[in-house]
Amino acid sequence: MTHSDKTRANRRLVPKLFLFSIAMFGFGYLLVPLYDVICDITGFNGRTTSLAVATEGNANGVDTSRTVTVEFVSSLNSGAPWEFRPTVTRMQVHPGEFYEISYVATNLTDQDMVGQAVPSVAPSLAAVHFQKIECFCFDRQDFAPGESKDMPVMFRVDPRLADHVSVVTLSYTFFKLDPSS
Amino acid sequence: MAATTHDVHDGHGEHHHGPAKGLGRWLFTTNHKDIGTLYLLFSLLMFLIGGSMALIIRAELFQPGLQLVDPHFFNQMTTMHALIMVFGAVMPAFVGLANWMLPMMIGAPDMALPRMNNWSFWILPFAFTMLLSTLFMPGGGPASGWTLYPPLVLQTGDAFPFVILAIHLMGISSIMGAINVIATIFNMRAPGMTLMRMPLFVWTWLITAFLLIAVMPVFAGAVTMLLTDKYFATSFFNPAGGGDPVLFQHIFWFFGHPEVYIMILPAFGVVSQIIPTFARKPLFGYHSMVYATAAIAFLSFIVWGHHMFTVGMPLTAELFFMYATMLIAVPTGVKVFNWVATMWRGAMTFETPMLFSIAFVILFTIGGFSGLMLAIAPADFQYHDTYFVVAHFHYVLVPGAVFSIMAAVYYWLPKWTGHMYNERLSRIHFWLSVIGVNILFFPQHFLGLAGMPRRVPDYALQFTEWNMVSSIGAFIYGISQLLFVYIVIQTIRAGDKATDQVWEGARGLEWTVPSPAPYHTFDTPPKISATNAHG
Repeated sequence: MTHSDKTRANRRLVPKLFLFSIAMFGFGYLLVPLYDVICDITGFNGRTTSLAVATEGNANGVDTSRTVTVEFVSSLNSGAPWEFRPTVTRMQVHPGEFYEISYVATNLTDQDMVGQAVPSVAPSLAAVHFQKIECFCFDRQDFAPGESKDMPVMFRVDPRLADHVSVVTLSYTFFKLDPSS
Repeated sequence: MAATTHDVHDGHGEHHHGPAKGLGRWLFTTNHKDIGTLYLLFSLLMFLIGGSMALIIRAELFQPGLQLVDPHFFNQMTTMHALIMVFGAVMPAFVGLANWMLPMMIGAPDMALPRMNNWSFWILPFAFTMLLSTLFMPGGGPASGWTLYPPLVLQTGDAFPFVILAIHLMGISSIMGAINVIATIFNMRAPGMTLMRMPLFVWTWLITAFLLIAVMPVFAGAVTMLLTDKYFATSFFNPAGGGDPVLFQHIFWFFGHPEVYIMILPAFGVVSQIIPTFARKPLFGYHSMVYATAAIAFLSFIVWGHHMFTVGMPLTAELFFMYATMLIAVPTGVKVFNWVATMWRGAMTFETPMLFSIAFVILFTIGGFSGLMLAIAPADFQYHDTYFVVAHFHYVLVPGAVFSIMAAVYYWLPKWTGHMYNERLSRIHFWLSVIGVNILFFPQHFLGLAGMPRRVPDYALQFTEWNMVSSIGAFIYGISQLLFVYIVIQTIRAGDKATDQVWEGARGLEWTVPSPAPYHTFDTPPKISATNAHG
């Protein structure tokens, strides 16, 4: 190759390599929605479906022959100034039937506070079969100074839950939100 | 095949002057040898700074209890030690070797993009000045470990944006360096230097460069997300806003695993140059070496999950990552067996570069084996975040990558300076290093298996003895590197005159030019034929 051939070859190759790097920067961001989709499909990482579900026909009917234990857990993200706990810590449920329990949160400060609960289900295999019809985690929760709130969650365990799963744990972490956000 | 020397003229007048005088030479240079020297000196400086931090860590861990530094500063030391060694010492050292040697090995007059080359080096001092300055900021430097996991890393004080920006600069520098390497190898080879005739160091660097441009931008994206999460109210990793901190781990390790191969593939290349020279035999299985390197590079993209077995993955994902990881042992084994086969029945001599290379083969293999142990998903739950992990990656990075850099410096130093180094002192340096490094890291296997967690400034009493042993090894290894600095300075200043070929068994284009290599080499490309191809 002569000198000018080399220059021409570089001019062709180098922009491609830079474009590839920029595309890989974009790929990093593409991993974000990709991860969401994979979590929604697989229940990976305890992700529960965040939308209300409708019942469908007999296949999802109540299975009274089977009992599953559901445990309720609460935790606060570091520094979140609430008292936060479930009213019951465990209950026996039949797959397919709807149940309602509630969590109680108390604002421990003398200021208005906004909180957001984020659910997680363990084991992750059960996450896609844990359905919430109504949940305080669907919305932000506003608190007046010192206010205490009883927040309901209505759920059912799908009968398609794998047979070997006998205990499902629903956990909520309560986060403090910036009121302006 | 004395095809070219400094006195061959090709009619490009601008190429004929020697180096400029004074500081300007180094600031404005576009010469691949100057820039290679700058990279190597910078890397040496960073190696000493990062090493001093490691000694602070080992001094604190000499005894249980807190004696020298407070825990927050200890965490800053572990974090900065890792960031500096990875991005400041090991990577720039390999880029420096690439700058010096690639053009000479493929018969090119310079790198393809000399001005960008200058820029990619000169970004680094600014990046690391900024990174180091964070230690003096309110709240101190980053203390989250080099993995920068949120939400911990978001608690970094004023230093946070400086750390992120420093990482961006390092990334830009690496990407530009890698693009330069690819363009040089694709477009600047001498006539007859086909891809399959290239020396293995060139091959491993070509593959490394592709890894770099593929994953450094992903890392840049991940740290940018951290930055916007902290200052611009995004919620990539914040569950309250619908994000997920585990997502960061996926993105980070998608970069992080190829990154560890970025630090070891050029080392494979160096060792593949040195062992044939001192065994006086051609490299055994050249083609399989090239394919094995490419296979390792490909596999590095699909194994990141093995760093995160304990986050709560589905069983199928754990199995996939476990088997994929173990698969890497196959091409790596091919390489190790090829090096051994190259030495088999060779007329071996044991000059310092060869000593470091043989130590590399043995000790890197130990690090590879502990890596296989960590790859076993059910066992990893026991090893995760213990000193066993620390022992594993230090075995592959210190007697692995760092020893290969030492080997490369001793191997090519006579070509760079025109002087032979002091063989007796360098052997002392080798033995102190190899003994020190094993006293330093081998006991950490025991500590990890016994359950000592990593990244802690204090530990339970039963870990005392092995920690003391490890710290003693650290000081032997650390202080003996000052001997290396002395040997290098001594060689630059004086020493026996080196011949052009330097080593009796050395083959390849870089040994056909005079020692020291003239400022401009291969202005007229040499002709390569089947008989004089890769040494």
